[in-house]
Amino acid sequence: MDFTLWDIVRNLLIGLQWTVLLSLVAFVCGGIAGLLLLVARISDNGFLRGLARGYIELFQGTPLLMQLFMVFFGIALFGIDVSAWMAAAIALTLFTSAFLAEIWRGCVESIPRGQWEASGSLALNRLEQLRHVILPQALRIAIAPTVGFSVQVVKGTAVTSIIGFTELTKTGGMLANATFEPFLTYGLVALGYFILCYPLSLSARYLERRLHAPA
Amino acid sequence: MPLLRVSALHKYYGDNHVLKGVDLSIEEGEVVAIIGRSGSGKSTFLRTLNGLESISDGVIEVDGEYLDAARADLRSLRQKVGMVFQQFNLFPHLTVGENVMLAPQVVKKTSKAEARQLARQMLERVGLGEKFDAYPDRLSGGQQQRVAIARALAMSPKVLLCDEITSALDPELVNEVLGVVRQLAKEGMTLIMVTHEMRFAREVGDKLVFMHQGKVHEMGNPREVFAAPQTPELANFIGAVAEAG
Amino acid sequence: MAYQFDFAPVLAQADLLLKGALFTLQLTVVGTVLGLAIGVLGAVVRAWRLRPFDALFGVYVELIRNTPFIVQLFFIFFGLPALGVRLTEWQAAVLAMVINLGAYSTEIIRAGIVAIPKGQLEAAAALAMSRFEAFRHVVLQPALAKVWPALSSQIVIVMLGSAVCSQIATEELSFAANFIQSRNFRAFETYLLTTLLYLVMAIVVRQLLAWLGQRLLMGRR
Repeated sequence: MDFTLWDIVRNLLIGLQWTVLLSLVAFVCGGIAGLLLLVARISDNGFLRGLARGYIELFQGTPLLMQLFMVFFGIALFGIDVSAWMAAAIALTLFTSAFLAEIWRGCVESIPRGQWEASGSLALNRLEQLRHVILPQALRIAIAPTVGFSVQVVKGTAVTSIIGFTELTKTGGMLANATFEPFLTYGLVALGYFILCYPLSLSARYLERRLHAPA
Repeated sequence: MPLLRVSALHKYYGDNHVLKGVDLSIEEGEVVAIIGRSGSGKSTFLRTLNGLESISDGVIEVDGEYLDAARADLRSLRQKVGMVFQQFNLFPHLTVGENVMLAPQVVKKTSKAEARQLARQMLERVGLGEKFDAYPDRLSGGQQQRVAIARALAMSPKVLLCDEITSALDPELVNEVLGVVRQLAKEGMTLIMVTHEMRFAREVGDKLVFMHQGKVHEMGNPREVFAAPQTPELANFIGAVAEAG
Repeated sequence: MAYQFDFAPVLAQADLLLKGALFTLQLTVVGTVLGLAIGVLGAVVRAWRLRPFDALFGVYVELIRNTPFIVQLFFIFFGLPALGVRLTEWQAAVLAMVINLGAYSTEIIRAGIVAIPKGQLEAAAALAMSRFEAFRHVVLQPALAKVWPALSSQIVIVMLGSAVCSQIATEELSFAANFIQSRNFRAFETYLLTTLLYLVMAIVVRQLLAWLGQRLLMGRR
């Protein structure tokens, strides 16, 4: 059967949609989880801090592929039928939450101590300090590296092809086998990721220049 | 036969005519102090003498070597003309001794043992022999600048260029550096110094060069020139500096 | 029915896992040495704006940093044969890692080079050192020392990323894990132990790199 270029592209676009969807879900859910993780990571409670730190080091010190397998096979242990999509979304969310928490922690720690001292002297408790004084300032600094990390999330979705999730890479693999055109197909797959990631990378660099707090 | 001669030196930064025809002649062993307002071109002029700034037109002749806009053997020139910087620019990842040893080893292919001995001698000369194994960040500003002088001297230059070498120092550290320079002058080193230290220029200098708007505006024996400036611009400059104290 | 964890079948094959870990480390060492070499070259080319190579390296860096490693790997292993370049699993894995680390380290090292104060270069020039001599003695070592933490991080990332090389049958740690769990049907236990093994490797490698950086780059401080 003869495949046209458009046939390949058309199918790749379907995979691309799933890549985008997974990236968004992971980024948003990971962001929310990351925020909770951040609060734990900088909390006064030593136990919470340790727990958060352990979580972050686990996800930063192990391959995403292994995390994915653990989620996929781990959930199955409970007798739940887990789809590739579900496992991918959960694993990538956990992965994202760890990295974002760490990035944001860096931003929070760069806020001068005086801000904590001043707001504390005004009798605000820790959560209030974070909410009204620290996080709003940290937000500005955090935008550039957060956008920068979104590129890693998009690239991370490619690994989910291994458990069968039909995103861009998996679709590309199937097409490469069907068409016997691996060079063209994987080339187009790379192009697809590039089109998603490059604007994000450029934005991150632009934001870094615009919003970077002067030393 | 002058050791250093500059003829009709012009320099443009884009459209900006920074040096508008500088002529200068310096004999061996002379101590020349270059003074002037910021923007007069004095630092730029100094930096053309060892090729850190390129020249647009004119000739520089140092010990028989020609430097012009087209042709310049900088490697050879820079072995004859050394420089000490306002910000010292010591190499932070090397010890004091290694800082002084580096160029002789790399450029002149001196052996490590000879370079080490040379470095010790140079550091003794500036009064810092015991700091051989220390890292620059452990030294005071005055000490770092003296190391920088030793580093330049290790290449046995015929001329030493000093670009405001005391301007970045705390006042109480200025004298230890000027003391070293005074000694070098006494030993016969040819020195060209861009400086704000008027008293030093008057006491130690053989020739004072006042630069104004990219040219040598007035020149002469420091003691005479300070006592009786010939041009109103220099008179103003001396007055302004005296007021600033 | 509650799941009974059973690590015994996995531990029985521990030697396979360790062998796989060794392969991962070998891959990483080779990839790192060659990747850093490319990184230094690329960083110099970019920092000194050596036309037209700086633009070429620029394109290379952007392509690699904006595409997933697994796609780069598949392109090399499955795509290149169409051009007549047929590589073994090992060769493809190493090549992919070298190209990947090369791109990231180009940028990282370039940042280090550019951060060297201009005064250092002027001082070296005033001492009659050529551009290359100045680079070798005054720029390279301090630049690498400055960016060593970022480089070390990237090396660990590449090591962890090598897990996907199992997909083209490179016999590293993940491949060993896949093999073991396909035989003993204890997927979770197998991957759990493998994950912990990766974690230990990451911690050890990070320490090793920190120590190496201290020895080679920081001098006798």
